[in-house]
This record gives sequence, structure tokens and C-alpha cells, in this order.
Amino acid sequence: MSLLDKLDAVAAARKALLPEGVEVFGTPIEEVYSSTEARIGDQRILFLGTNNYLGLTFAQECRDAAQEAIRSEGTGTTGSRMANGSYSGHRALEREFAEFYQCRSCIVFTTGYQANLATISGLAGPGDIVLIDGDSHASIYDGCRLSGAEIIRFRHNDAADLEKRLRRLGKRSRSTLIIAEGIYSMLGDRAPLANIVKVKDAYNSTLLLDEAHSLGVLGETGQGLVEETGLLDRVDFITGTFSKSLGGIGGYCVSNHPQLDQLRYVSRPYIFTASPTPATIASTRAALRLLREGVELRRQLWRNVHQLYSQLKELGYRLGPEPSPVIATILETPQQALALWKGLLEHGIYVNLVLPPATPEGNSLVRCSVSAVHTTEQMNHVGKTFAKLRETIFQ
Amino acid sequence: MLNDYNDVLQKLCHHLKQLAGSEVEITPQTDLINELAIDSVKLLNLIMEIEDEFDISVPINALADVQTVHELANLIHRIKSQKQ
Ligand SMILES: Cc1ncc(COP(=O)(O)O)c(C=O)c1O
Repeated sequence: MSLLDKLDAVAAARKALLPEGVEVFGTPIEEVYSSTEARIGDQRILFLGTNNYLGLTFAQECRDAAQEAIRSEGTGTTGSRMANGSYSGHRALEREFAEFYQCRSCIVFTTGYQANLATISGLAGPGDIVLIDGDSHASIYDGCRLSGAEIIRFRHNDAADLEKRLRRLGKRSRSTLIIAEGIYSMLGDRAPLANIVKVKDAYNSTLLLDEAHSLGVLGETGQGLVEETGLLDRVDFITGTFSKSLGGIGGYCVSNHPQLDQLRYVSRPYIFTASPTPATIASTRAALRLLREGVELRRQLWRNVHQLYSQLKELGYRLGPEPSPVIATILETPQQALALWKGLLEHGIYVNLVLPPATPEGNSLVRCSVSAVHTTEQMNHVGKTFAKLRETIFQ
Repeated sequence: MLNDYNDVLQKLCHHLKQLAGSEVEITPQTDLINELAIDSVKLLNLIMEIEDEFDISVPINALADVQTVHELANLIHRIKSQKQ
């Protein structure tokens, strides 16, 4: 098969799965009105599939800070952190993150994807082992591949299975990096962190936790699963992203290990890319302040979560195992999922459709995500629509 | 050694039949992805089962060189013998 034939085969497979004329992936959003509303085609829609958990994309403080940064520092840094791209804002944000986590240091990256690539490939190398949850995000898989370390998977959220695999490694468990996520992006379930930490201590391994979906969502001040479980001190490295609850783009890694700083000299996804724009850094700094103080936002977020989760459950939809801002309805076939996705869109609700092989266990998902700024009215409309569609989807 | 390999092959085929359906004929030359339609995720999950069955660690990096049933059996056999 030639280079380009391979892509034709991909196109054919997608066509077989999805009917002509439906733009399920990369749906063009014509206009954005707020954190929760936009226009697709000529239809006003409600966003119920973003990662805007605290609704901060439209926070006045963040927008003002970004505008001011563009005015005073320009639109881009045009360079790597290693060269001309480390402005005072980048360093200040690193200090603020380190202080937020009461950690020794922090490195800021250009995206959350790169934060995982850079951290994993900086920590592990040929001869080492990365032991990752089977449902890990693509950025974790890619970081592992880039590292050159041996990749072994453990069964999703199963600390006993992790232990079994560490035991098999014998002495090599000491040069093993275990990787888990605070909240998993597909089904919204949390990692069993207390048990994972126990196992990693027993085998003298190192633990990296990706808090991409849990930052701002879990814990009194929003640190994530480490705060909710009181295990901040027991996790070696934490990565996360600015693109979800912080409403920007970028990523970070924090740690108490002094070696973290060496990543600045060895990690290719840190060195060989331009640093985040001044506007991004400024809005993120403002958003981090709002996130830390956002006790009320989190309360509202969880109110919305519990409302939708229990409504869908009562309606008989199959859901992820626990309530979380990611609420995935699990459908048996891609056709059912597509019908539900289209039905919601016809009622002005835009969610994410996730089809195999991107999904755990080959299921198809209609993945909703809830925001603190969804109003009661909006949540009620969502509940009613799911109720209405239930009959047609499962008939 | 050969006995060992045959044992691995037999157990592997048993797992593959569960994935691909018992009516499918599986030989050492069968292509895992093209003939058995075992996609990348299924293959990764199969590896976890194999690790448990033989009590070994199979780094998924090694799968880049695996296309046929024989190649997978060979990989498992090699790791298993290194352990002993
Ligand atoms: C668990 C996880 N880690 C990392 C990322 C990457 O973050 P970003 O989209 O900000 O690059 C994502 C989001 O896509 C994610 O879900």
C-alpha cells in the first residue's frame, strides 16, 4: 500500500461508519456567544461537550489580562523557553503553580499534550519501564513511545493488577514510572489513588499523575485528586493542562523532586517548540487565581453534575461508574450513539461523539461535560431532551 | 524448546479464537490485524491476558515487529525462555 493509499483506506473506513453530510468530527462552530452558547450553521446551540468546567473562557479578569498582555508584550514569543521565549510571565506562572501545589518547582509547557510528552520522555528512557493504565490518554502513550522506555499496561483502575505487574518486574520496578490520571476523560472515573500510592511505595517506583480533567474540579482549592484524597505528598510528579478548567491552552508539571528542572535541558517537547503566547500566560495566571478561590464555582459544578447524572440514570441510560463533570452515556452500537448525538444537536445541544477504537472496551460514547456556569434552565432543557430521545434511541 | 514453543502457540491460538470467533481457522501464518481483524486496542488487551497466562512482561513496543500469529508466539516464547 502506498503512502497515500493508507489515508484513502482511513477515509473509506470513516465513510462506512458515518453517513454522508454529517460533520460529526470537527463540527464548524461559526460564532461563540459565551462559555456555554454558540452557533453551528444557523442554529443556536448549548455547549455540553467542552472541557470548560468552571466556565472561565469568558471570565472578565482573564480576558482583560490577555488583552493587556497583547498590548504590552505582543502576540507571540517567537521562540523556545530555552532561547528567547522565557518572559517574566512564564516564570511567574511557574512560581504560582509551584506555590499552589506547595511544591519545589514547576515547568510550564506549550500544551497539555506536550506537558505529558515532555515529562514522560524526560523522566524515562531506554532501559526504563513505563507502567501505564490501559485507558491512558493518547498524550501518555505518545510520551511513552518518545521516551524509548519499555511500555507495559495495567488493567484500568486496578491497583491489584498494577501490583502483579510490578512484582513480575523484580528489581526493575525501581526504574519504573507508573502513570495514572485523576479523572479519566472517557468515562469520568477517578483513579484509586490511595491504593496506587501504596503499591508504588512498596515497589520503590515513581508515580506520575495527570490531573488534566481534575484540576479545578476536585479538592477544596481545586488541586485535583491529590487534594481530594490528601495524597499530594505521595505523588512524585503531577501534570495538567490549562485547556480545560483554566480556559486557555498550555500545560504544566509540578514536583518536589529537584531533578524536575533538568527536564529543561533534556526534554525535546519543551526545547523544540515555541513558548506560550503572553496572552495565554496572562489569562492563565488570572484563571488560576479564580480557580483557587472558586469554591462556589465548584459547588455549582457538582450540583449540575449530580442533577444530570441522576436524571440520566433514572431514564435508564448506561453511564460511567461515578458522577463526574465528564458524564458519558454508553451505547451498544455506533449507530445508536450517532442517533443520540444527532437528536441532541437537533434540540440545540452539542456534545462529543466518541467511537471505537478511541473508546474503552469498544463501546460508543455520547460524552457530555458539565460546567459550573450551565444555568438551571439549561440543565433542565438537557434533562428533558434526553428523556424525549430515549424512546427513539432504544425502540 | 520446540515443545515449549508449541505450547505457547496452542495457548495463544486459544486466546485468539476467543477474540476472532471459533469458526475462524488460525495458522501460524495468519495475519493478526488483516485476517483476524484484531484491532490495535484488542491486541493490547490480548497482551495483558498473555502476560497473566505466562506470568511474563511483554512490552508493547515489541509489537511493532509482530504481524502474524507465529511472530507473536515467537515473541512470547523468547521472553518466557529469558525468564527461566
Ligand atoms: C488526560 C489528558 N491529558 C492530557 C491532555 C492534553 O491536553 P491539551 O489538550 O491541553 O493539550 C488531555 C486533553 O486532551 C487529556 O484528556
